[in-house]
Amino acid sequence: MASVVAVIASTHHPFYYRASTATGEDRPPFADEWVSKITAFRETLTRARPDVLVMVGSDHFHQLWLDNMPQFLVGKAPFYDANWYNEEREFGLPKMLLKGQEDLSAHILRAGLDEGFDLAFSNELRIDHSVTCPIITLRPEADLPIVPIYTNIFAPPLPQPKRFVQLGKAIREIVESWPSHLRVAIIGTGHLSLELGGPRQFGPHGPDPEFDRKAVEWIATGDLERCLAEVTLDSLHSPGNATHGFMDFMLMMGVAGAGAKADYVDSLDLFHTMEAYFTWYPSGAPA
Amino acid sequence: MSKYLVDKFLYTVDRDPDLVERYRTAPRETVEWWEQSRANEVLNCHSGEASTWLRFTDSERAALIDHDHVALFELGAHPFLTLTLFIAMFERDHGPLEYQKAYGARLAHFSMPYPDIAT
Repeated sequence: MASVVAVIASTHHPFYYRASTATGEDRPPFADEWVSKITAFRETLTRARPDVLVMVGSDHFHQLWLDNMPQFLVGKAPFYDANWYNEEREFGLPKMLLKGQEDLSAHILRAGLDEGFDLAFSNELRIDHSVTCPIITLRPEADLPIVPIYTNIFAPPLPQPKRFVQLGKAIREIVESWPSHLRVAIIGTGHLSLELGGPRQFGPHGPDPEFDRKAVEWIATGDLERCLAEVTLDSLHSPGNATHGFMDFMLMMGVAGAGAKADYVDSLDLFHTMEAYFTWYPSGAPA
Repeated sequence: MSKYLVDKFLYTVDRDPDLVERYRTAPRETVEWWEQSRANEVLNCHSGEASTWLRFTDSERAALIDHDHVALFELGAHPFLTLTLFIAMFERDHGPLEYQKAYGARLAHFSMPYPDIAT
C-alpha cells in the first residue's frame, strides 16, 4: 500500500512569490527572514522524498462559482493549469502547469464516496493560489504529480468544522489504502485569523493575534478536542471575516490524527496575517 | 435583495481585463450595459442559454455605479470579490498598501456581526 510520508499544513500567502523574488528597493524588509523560514520549511518535505502530493486548498471564486458550488471537490485530470489572470494581476503569480495523479484521484473519489462523503469531481480544473502557493514554497520545481482537493471555506452555507476534520481523517485512511508503492505527502493550506474587504484588513498583524496563538497551539499539539470545542461556523467570524479558511487547517489536523504532535512548527508574524508552518511524519522522521 | 447578482457582476467584471478598465472609467454605462445584456447569462454553461429573472435593486445598482464599496459591504456583497476588483481598479493611484488601508478605514464604523454575505 501507499505510505503517507509527510503531512504538511501551512498558510498560503499570495505575496510570498513577489516578496521572495523582488530585488533592490522593491524587496520588502521582511523578505529575507520569510525566505529563510520557507527554505527550512521546504526541507521538511524534501527530506520525506515524496512521489505524489495530495494538495488541499480552496478555490477563490475562480472556477467554482455560486451557480454550482461544491462543498468538497476532487480533481481527476492528467494535468492542471494553474493561476488565474487576477492572481497574476494582483500578486504577480506565474502561470503554471502541474501533472495529475489520476489513479490516486480515482481511488480517493471511489473510497470517499463509499465512506459517506459525497465528493464532487472535476476532469478539467484550473487551480489557484491555494494550491500553487505551497507548490512555490515547498516544491518550486513543480515536478511531482498532484491530486487537488478543494473545500468550500468561502461561500456560505459552509460545512461544519467537524466535517473538515472527518474528511481529513478519511483522506489519510484512503491514501493509506491505495494499492501503490508510492510515497505520498498530504499538504493543505488555510488561514489563521484573516480579514479581507472589511475594517480590520491589512493591519500591522493579523486581525486577532490571540486566536492565532491558540490556533498554532491546537495544531502543533494535535488538540482536536479543544479546537472543535471552541471553533464553530459562528465563532470564526470574530477573529476576522475570512477566518473560515482555518477549517482547512482543521482538515489537516484530521489527516495528522488526534493528539499527533507536529514534528516541525514555525510561524512568522507579518502585517495583515500570521504565517504558520507545520509538518508531521506519520512513519517517523526521515533520516 | 439580489446579493447573488451583485456578486455575479463583481465576479464577471473582475475576471475580464477589458471590463475592469471599462468599469473603472465608465461605471454607469458599464453597470447598465451589464444588467441589460449580461446579468442573465448562465455562467459555467454552454452559450445560448439564459435566465430571465435577474435584476438589481435600485440600491444595488446605485452602489455599483457609484463605486461605493462601503455600500456594497452594507448590502452583503462578498467582501473578497469587492476587494479584489477595487484593488484592480484603484490601487494603481496610490502608494504601497495605501489604498487597502484606506479601504478598511472607510469601513471602520461596522462592528460585529458584519452584514450577512450568504446568497
